[in-house]
Amino acid sequence: MTLDATDRLLLNELQAGFPIAASPFAVVGDALGLTEDDVIARIARMREAGYVTRFGPFYDAAAMGGGLCLCAMEVPADAFDAVLTKVNALPEVAHNYERTHRLNMWFVLATETEDGITEAQARIEAETGLPVLLFPKLQEFFIGFRVAA
Amino acid sequence: MKMDHIDRALIAETQAGLPLVAEPYAAVAEALGMPEDQVMARLRSLKARGIMRRIAIAPNHYKLGMTANGMTVWDVRDADVAELGARIGALGFVSHCYERPRALPDWPYNLFAMVHGDTRDEVEAKRAEIATLLGAACRASDVLYSKRILKKTGLRLAKGK
Repeated sequence: MTLDATDRLLLNELQAGFPIAASPFAVVGDALGLTEDDVIARIARMREAGYVTRFGPFYDAAAMGGGLCLCAMEVPADAFDAVLTKVNALPEVAHNYERTHRLNMWFVLATETEDGITEAQARIEAETGLPVLLFPKLQEFFIGFRVAA
Repeated sequence: MKMDHIDRALIAETQAGLPLVAEPYAAVAEALGMPEDQVMARLRSLKARGIMRRIAIAPNHYKLGMTANGMTVWDVRDADVAELGARIGALGFVSHCYERPRALPDWPYNLFAMVHGDTRDEVEAKRAEIATLLGAACRASDVLYSKRILKKTGLRLAKGK
């Protein structure tokens, strides 16, 4: 499928927020001039086609008393796969990206407690023999992303 | 902020997403064996307490054709980072913007702004816009493109805790 203008409008509107109401899709539809069924069907189609990765509440690990931290490692090319296997084996590693930099492995640790971050860092360093740099957020400046409507 | 077992059950039930039915909160309520109005009140409370940020859709940038994903990083004067960070975060093409600690000498950058585009040229053009906005307050910058997604799982809260 490809997205039409209405799909894009929905995608943008629903990035900003979704109402807490008994019939929330009807509320969204009323605001956009769409029927409740159409809103539900379009979201379902976009999700099935992979345009939507998630639809629902976004919880804040830090506010739940847990830890959340961006981490980076400099991994030698010939050890990359072996290190990757060890890092990804930790359930605390939520996202992991290979990036174009001397620091070439960037991942997010999400832990149930704040102390879990340094514990996971120590475990990865012990298992891989490589330093793990921690980049916790100090301030967030977030407005939100918009696809071209 | 403390959470009780009902908060935890609600988070565990909804962290993977809401059901796509006309009355999703009623469906969640039924799964948890609690009244619908209590589910909605709890969600409002979780939001008020900052535990839930929002209920929303997360688009797949790659699928939308935005295959160039650049983490732009900037060394911004500490005195200016709050004001300039807010302006960078407000740019329509920036999806996330954070102040993070430097890791000297390896890493001089303290402002991170994620920029998505169809091509790396597009990301470079947006990066140039950010550079103009930061002006003399910025001493150095770089951009790290994602080469591969190595893992992507959501936040996982164990059920029944």
